[in-house]
Amino acid sequence: MDFSLGAAVFYFHPLKCSVKLNRSFPWFGMDIGGTLVKLVYFEPVDITAEEEQEEVENLKSIRRYLTSNVAYGKTGVRDVHLELRNLTMCGRTGNLHFIRFPTQAMPRFIQMGRDKNFSSLHTTLCATGGGAYKFENDFRTMADLELLKLDELDCLIHGLLFVDRVGFNGHPECYYFQNPSDTQSCVKKPCTLDNPFPMLLVNIGSGVSILAVYSETNYKRVTGTSLGGGTFLGLCCLLTGCETFEEALEMASKGDSTNVDKLVKDIYGGDYERFGLQGSAVASSFGHMMSKDKRDSISKEDLARATLVTITNNIGSIARMCAVNEKIERVVFVGNFLRINTVSTKLLAYAMDFWSKGQLRALFLEHEGYFGAVGALMELLKTTEDP
Amino acid sequence: MAECVRVDSSTSTHTMDKSITLPPDEIFRNLENAKRFAIDIGGSLTKLAYYSTVQHKVAKVRSFEHNTKEAASDKLYEISVQEEVTARLHFIKFENAYIETCLDFIKDHLVNTETKVIKATGGGAHKFKELIERKLGLKVDKEDEMTCLIKGCNFVLRNIPHEAFVYAKHADSEFRFQTTHPDIFPYLLVNIGSGVSIVKVESEDKFERIGGSSIGGGTFWGLGALLTKTKRFDELLQLASKGQHTSVDMLVKDIYGGSYGSLGLTGDLIASSFGKSATADKEFSKEDMAKSLLHMISNDIGQLACLYAKLHNLSRVYFGGFFIRGHPVTMHTITYSINFFTKGEVQALFLRHEGYLGAIGAFLKGAEEDNPNQYSWGENYAGSSGLMSVSPDMNPMQRARSGTFDMLEMDRLERQLVNLPLLQDPSSYIPDTVDLTEDALAREYWLYCFEEALDGVVKRAVASQPDIPEATERAEKFRQKYRHKLQTLRHQPFAYGSLTVRSLLDTREHCLNEFNFPDPYSKIKQRENDVALKYYQKAVKSLEELSWEQRQFALVRGVLAGNLTPSVPCEQRPWLVDSYDQWLERLKGPPHKCALFFVDNSGVDIILGVMPFVRELLSRGTEVVLASNSGPALNDVTNGELQILTERIAAMDPVIQAGLREDRLTLVQSGSSSPCLDLSRLDKVLAMVVRERQTDLVIIEGMGRAIHTNYYAMLSCESLKMAVIKNSWLADRLGGKLFSVVFKYEVPAGKPSQDSAALTPS
Repeated sequence: MDFSLGAAVFYFHPLKCSVKLNRSFPWFGMDIGGTLVKLVYFEPVDITAEEEQEEVENLKSIRRYLTSNVAYGKTGVRDVHLELRNLTMCGRTGNLHFIRFPTQAMPRFIQMGRDKNFSSLHTTLCATGGGAYKFENDFRTMADLELLKLDELDCLIHGLLFVDRVGFNGHPECYYFQNPSDTQSCVKKPCTLDNPFPMLLVNIGSGVSILAVYSETNYKRVTGTSLGGGTFLGLCCLLTGCETFEEALEMASKGDSTNVDKLVKDIYGGDYERFGLQGSAVASSFGHMMSKDKRDSISKEDLARATLVTITNNIGSIARMCAVNEKIERVVFVGNFLRINTVSTKLLAYAMDFWSKGQLRALFLEHEGYFGAVGALMELLKTTEDP
Repeated sequence: MAECVRVDSSTSTHTMDKSITLPPDEIFRNLENAKRFAIDIGGSLTKLAYYSTVQHKVAKVRSFEHNTKEAASDKLYEISVQEEVTARLHFIKFENAYIETCLDFIKDHLVNTETKVIKATGGGAHKFKELIERKLGLKVDKEDEMTCLIKGCNFVLRNIPHEAFVYAKHADSEFRFQTTHPDIFPYLLVNIGSGVSIVKVESEDKFERIGGSSIGGGTFWGLGALLTKTKRFDELLQLASKGQHTSVDMLVKDIYGGSYGSLGLTGDLIASSFGKSATADKEFSKEDMAKSLLHMISNDIGQLACLYAKLHNLSRVYFGGFFIRGHPVTMHTITYSINFFTKGEVQALFLRHEGYLGAIGAFLKGAEEDNPNQYSWGENYAGSSGLMSVSPDMNPMQRARSGTFDMLEMDRLERQLVNLPLLQDPSSYIPDTVDLTEDALAREYWLYCFEEALDGVVKRAVASQPDIPEATERAEKFRQKYRHKLQTLRHQPFAYGSLTVRSLLDTREHCLNEFNFPDPYSKIKQRENDVALKYYQKAVKSLEELSWEQRQFALVRGVLAGNLTPSVPCEQRPWLVDSYDQWLERLKGPPHKCALFFVDNSGVDIILGVMPFVRELLSRGTEVVLASNSGPALNDVTNGELQILTERIAAMDPVIQAGLREDRLTLVQSGSSSPCLDLSRLDKVLAMVVRERQTDLVIIEGMGRAIHTNYYAMLSCESLKMAVIKNSWLADRLGGKLFSVVFKYEVPAGKPSQDSAALTPS
C-alpha cells in the first residue's frame, strides 16, 4: 500500500441534494453518544442580502451564539482547530463547526431548544447515536421537536468518507505514523485514503465497535468490546479521583505503567524464549498490584498510564485479530478516545505494526469523533420531505 | 501471558493455621514405596506428585490337577489370594503455607534412596528451591511450565473419561461432563494465570502459543485490590458474586434507552465497562465494582479465545489457570462470554483436574524413561478427593475445605484400553443409560439403594475371609470409606465426573480393593459354578431334543433365566422390549461370521445359559469370542474362572472342545473389573481379535452391561442385548414391572438384514 501524498487521487462525490439549494437553515447534525454529544453546524457564508432580510431573528441569534463563542456553558466546547472552512455543501458555501458537550448535559440542551423556540425554525433535527432514541421523547415533549433518527454506523461511514474526500482545509484528513516501532524516529505523516476499501474501522467511543467496510453502503459490524474510552475514564476516576478526560490523560502522560504492570521479564528475568516473548512485553496488566506493598507506594500518574496502556493494547489486540480474520490490511481508528491522546495513537500504530510483522497499518483521522455527526448532517441534506 | 505465578506469598500466608487436619499418612499415602517426585508450586497452592508401587491382594483361581480331583474335594478349582504389585501415581494439592510441614513429613518417611532429583515447575518453584533442596536433599530440576501444563492436560484427557465438563450455573447439575473424543487433538488451551496464554495443541509434542493477553487473573486481582481494598483473590470473587454490575457499567439501554435493534444488541449488553463510574459525585459499592471487573475481564478473555478459535478453526477450547480453578463465578462468566461471542458454536470446557496439570506434566517429564504414556491409567475413586464446588452459596462444605488436602490417585492398568472397533460413533458413545448428575430423582434412589446394600456387602466381605481375624476391622473401614463417598456424592454428585450406577459400583469395588477384599464373592462363585456344571450335560441333552425353533427360544430363555434367581419364572412374551421374532427370522438366514459375547454372572448364567447358546452359535458355523472381566466384580465370572470352566465343559462336550481346538471359540478378557461395561475402554487385545475375526454380531447380557450401560449404545454391526430387570424402580422407569425382560435385537441402519428389527417396547 502506498500512503504517500504524491499518489493522491482526489475522489469527489457531489452530494446528492434532493432539495434544491434552499434546504432551510439551520443545518445541524448531531451524534448523541454514551458520554459525549457531538454537534456539527454549517454556517453559511454566502448569504445574500435578500436572504439576510428574510432570515428570522431567532436563526441569526443561533448563528451568532455558536460562531462567536468557543465555549458554551460550563461544558460545551467548540473545537476551533477542526473547523472546515469554505466548504461547499448542497450548493452552499460555509464553514463547518465542530461542537461537543457531555451527554449528561442533554436535558439542559433540550431545555435550551425550547427556550430558543427552536421548533419554529421549521428544520429537521437529524440525530444519530443511542441518544437519538433515548432522548427522542424528551425532544418531542419538552421542546416540541421531532428528531430524524439515523443509524450510527451508517452515519459514521458516510461522514468519514465525506470528510476524507473534502480534506482538511487543503490538507489530508488522514495520517499514520512512520517508524511506529521506534519511539525516537516515530513521526506523524499525512496521507489520503486513496482507495479506502476494504477497511477495518475501529470506532472507540465509550465502548468500541469494529466494522469491516467494503464500500460506502456495504459493511458489517464484526464485533465490539466494552473496554473502551468509557472504561479508561471510569477506571481512572475510581483509581485517581480525577474528573475529566483531559485530567486523566494529563496524568497518564506523566506516569510509568511498568510500575503497575508485570512484564515478562519480571517473571522470567528476561525474554520467555520458549514462546518468543520479549522481556518488555506486558505479562499481566496491573499484575504488580497484587502486592500490598506495591499498591501502597504507587502514584496516581502511574495508575492512569497503566489504565490507558491496558485499554489501548487490548483494543489493538482485538482489532488485529479481526483484521486477520477478515483479511483486511488497513485498520482505521476513530472515536473521541483518541482525542489529544498521542499515547494511544502511537501505541496502536506500534501494536498493529509489531504484532503483524508490518502486515497491518494503523490509520487515524483528524476529526476523530465527529464523523457520526457529519453523517447525520449529510442525511439532512439528502432528505426529501420538506418540513 | 505465559506464566502462572499466582500470588505473592504475603497474600496467601495470611492467617493460615499450620496444623494439618488429616493424619499425614492418609494424605501422603504409600510414601515408603515412593520414587520419582515432582512438584508444582503456584502462587497459593502446591501440588506434589510421586510414583509408588502398591501391594495388594488379588484373588486367583487355579485348576486342580485332573487326576487328584477326587482326592482334593468336590471343588472345581482352587482359590488363592496372592500379593500383586501395581503402579500408582499420587497427586496431592495443598496450600503453600503447609509446604514446610509437608516436606518434613516426606523426608521422615522417604525410604527410597535412589531418588536424587525432584522435577519442579510453577512460578513459585524458584522461591522454594532452596527449601526443597535443603529439606529433602534432592536436586531441584526446573521444567518449563507450559510444557508441563500441556503434558498434564493430554494425560488427563486421555486417561480420565469424564475429565472435561461444561458449566451451567442454573441447571439441575452445575457440571455437565463431556465424552472425550477418542482423538483428543487438536484443542485450544486458554490458561488464565495472572496473564492469559492461548495455546494450540496439535499432538503430544506439538504445541504453540498462538496468542495471549495481559488482561488476566492478575488484572482482576491487582485492579480489584486497588478498587475495593480487598486483598485476597477469593474474597474478591465473593464480592463479585454479590454485586450488581449494572450500576457501574454503561449498558446499551443506558445509551439507547432500550436495545439497539438493527444490530441485534440487547439493552442489557454492556456497552462500556465502568462507563458509569466516570463521575466524581457518586460512590460505588465494592461488590458492584468487583462484579463489573469480573465481567470485563471474563468477556475480554472469552472474546479473544473465540477470535483465536475461529482463526485456527478449533472447536474444543479448554480453560484453566488460577482464575478458573473450580471457581463457579469465573466459570459462569467465561461460559457466558463464549456463548455470546460464538453464538453457541463453541462451548467453554473446563477440566476436573485442572489444578494438577502442571504437577502431572512435571512428573511425566521426569518419568519419560518409563514411558508412562504407553500405559492406560485409571482414576482410583477410593483414593481421590473428587471435584468440589467452591461456591459458598452452593456448597456449605466449603468452609471445611480450607486447610484440607486434595488428592488424586491414578492406577496403572494392566493393559492398554481402547474403543471397541464396532462402535458406530466413538465420539458420541456414552456408556451409561442414566446420568445421575442430571437426574435428581434417580440419583436419590440409587444413592439410597447403595447405602441400604452396604450392610450386606460388609457381611459378605467378612465372610469371604473367615480365617482372617482382622477382616471385620477392615470391613468396617471399608464401610466408613464407602459411606463417606456416598455422602460426598449426595452433596457433590459431580465429584468424579458423571455420576452413574456404574461409577457407584466401580467406586465400591475400588474401596473393597483398598481394604484388601479383592474378591468377596470368590467362594460363592466357586460353589455356584460347581453346582451348575453338574447339570450341564443334562441341559444340553434336553435342548438337543427340541425342534430347531423350540430350541432357539429355549436358548434365549436359558440366558435370561441364568440372569434370574431360580425361584422366579421368566416373564411371558411379549416382553417389555421384544424383538425376538426378528432375531428368529435372522437365525433362519446365513450364520454370522463371528459373535462377540460379553458375559455376566458365574454359575447358572454362564454354564447353563451362555454356554449352550455359544454351542448353538458354533454349530451354526459362527465363531465365538467370549469376553469376560479381567478382574473380579460382584459375582461376575472372571477370565481366570472362565478359562477353567470352559476347559471342564470342553471335557464333557465335543462341540465346545472342537471349537477350542479349531480356534473357533476364543476367550479374551475385557480389560475391565466392573459389573458394568464401557465399550470405549476395552483391552487392546480384544479390539484386535474383534477386528481380525470380522465380528458381525455383539451380544451383551445382564443388567449391568445391557441396561445400566449400553442400553442405547449404537453398534456398526448387529447386536443383541438381553437382560431381566431385577430392580422394580428401574423397571418402573422403563415402563415395565419387576423381572421384565429386555430382548433388544438391533441391525444398524443401512445394513442388509432379513428383517428390520422392531426396537420399541411392545
